[in-house]
Amino acid sequence: MPIVLKCHRGIGPSVRGTALVARDNFSARYDLDRRQGTFSRPAHGLYGQAYHDKILVLVTAKGGVASAWMLRDMKERGIVPKAILFDRTNTILAQGAAFAELSLVDRFEAGDPTTLIRSEDELLVEPAAGRVTILNRD
Amino acid sequence: MRLDEEEKAMLAGALGPARQWALRHQLAVGDFFDAPDFVPVGQAHVMADTESLGPSGVAWLEGLAALPSAERRVKVPTITDPRGLDFATYKRLKQTEAMAELEARTIAAFEALGVLMTNTCINYQTVLPPVRGEHMAFGDTGVVIYSNSVMGARSNFEGGPSALAAGLSGRTPRYGYHLESHRAGSKHFAVRYCPRDLADWGALGGIVGLRCNSYWEVPVLTGFATPPNSDELKHFGAALASFGSVALFHIPEVTPEATSLAAAFAGRSLPAAVSIEDEDMQAFYAGYAAKGEKVDVVVFAAPQLSLLELQQVADLVRGRHISADTTLIVATSPEIKFAADRMGLTASIERAGGIVTAGVCFYQSYAREMAEANGWQRLLTNSAKLVNIIGGYGYQPTLASMQRCVDSAVAGRIV
Repeated sequence: MPIVLKCHRGIGPSVRGTALVARDNFSARYDLDRRQGTFSRPAHGLYGQAYHDKILVLVTAKGGVASAWMLRDMKERGIVPKAILFDRTNTILAQGAAFAELSLVDRFEAGDPTTLIRSEDELLVEPAAGRVTILNRD
Repeated sequence: MRLDEEEKAMLAGALGPARQWALRHQLAVGDFFDAPDFVPVGQAHVMADTESLGPSGVAWLEGLAALPSAERRVKVPTITDPRGLDFATYKRLKQTEAMAELEARTIAAFEALGVLMTNTCINYQTVLPPVRGEHMAFGDTGVVIYSNSVMGARSNFEGGPSALAAGLSGRTPRYGYHLESHRAGSKHFAVRYCPRDLADWGALGGIVGLRCNSYWEVPVLTGFATPPNSDELKHFGAALASFGSVALFHIPEVTPEATSLAAAFAGRSLPAAVSIEDEDMQAFYAGYAAKGEKVDVVVFAAPQLSLLELQQVADLVRGRHISADTTLIVATSPEIKFAADRMGLTASIERAGGIVTAGVCFYQSYAREMAEANGWQRLLTNSAKLVNIIGGYGYQPTLASMQRCVDSAVAGRIV
């Protein structure tokens, strides 16, 4: 039986993909080389890793209102995460996800998702239902 | 969310597709945060530098700008954050014609929407400061935290699309810091170190921000012998927002909602105080330390400088020459630049070899491309916010006082 995690109702379409997890935070401006599609901030827990088509699982969103525009631009250029899961987002990433029509959820009933989900887990993210399913584990 | 008749009309498209988009976007965000309804806003402040927008974002704006005037123009005063490029200095900084062209298209689109091109992140010092209790839709995290905390205004961090939506609809979803229930202090920091300069105030913001690490925490700070001034609170707030994603702080007997320590926590029981000591400050600086290294670029920005800061830079460089191996950049708002020109401050800085830019901020100006074009790597600044941001753009940042930054720019290496 796959593991089902309940969360607050989110934004964007249902998607399925592979998790990339870090006990770190997120800002499209601070942390990414958006041309290369990699985490570029040396101090970031995912430094050097590619984010395209991944489901990012992180603790929170950081300051930097630019992310709201950047998510849409990243999607238009085809180098974008498939979804972002936070323990608790700030307003910017939620607004950016709404603008980009990118999937985003937070506020998990079982706690911080970075402690519940592992990198390489296969996930089904259903924002409208407030549900994330870990498909490869019982 | 409950909608009034005007909101229903906008959502139905009766007031045109721009306002319909705005309502749809705001409903999606409001639902996510469980907003009960909308609240009218006095101003909107749109962050939209072209590096963030990208060509697709600019084209999207141009689509709105092509609508009939009655359908496209904002309903409340809407102003802009720093742009991606200053037409007076971009060639000296090796920014490209393609960047300039994109910038010009963006400005034309915003002007068609009725947006005032203030191009500043210090609008609370230079345009029309908000007042206590006034609801706003402000972009730029530094603007929001200053307006919420120092002025008692009410705004969430509004990303560019959301701030523009607020300008078009004249309202924003009522959630987060629009609600009294979110504005009480949640953490207490007892500061046992006296910040000496703006870099120290930024460092303090970084230290507190890292310990809050959430948009939803409201730190309360005690221990200051005298009230900080506007520039000090500007650097403190900008760094606190940058490192911690924090949007509101209280300083009892200084910020307006904290008439006392008890009031800062809205009468709730006080949490145990976390001490900030001299060694915390030293450890913070150590994280960005470098000495003796060649310095490629010295930046005074993030936030844009006030007139008083510009005078401090001008005084420090007077009669000296910036090293040929180092570029010194100062960023301020267009209005302050006019004042600095008139008062001879710009001339003093540029005579020494510095570059004074207007209406931009360093990290919003294609920082990666500038680094590649100019061969920059080691960056020195007195802005804690900037050292937090700029590492991701490939720079090696160091934090130092304004005095040490200028001395290093003259020496060409970090002194």
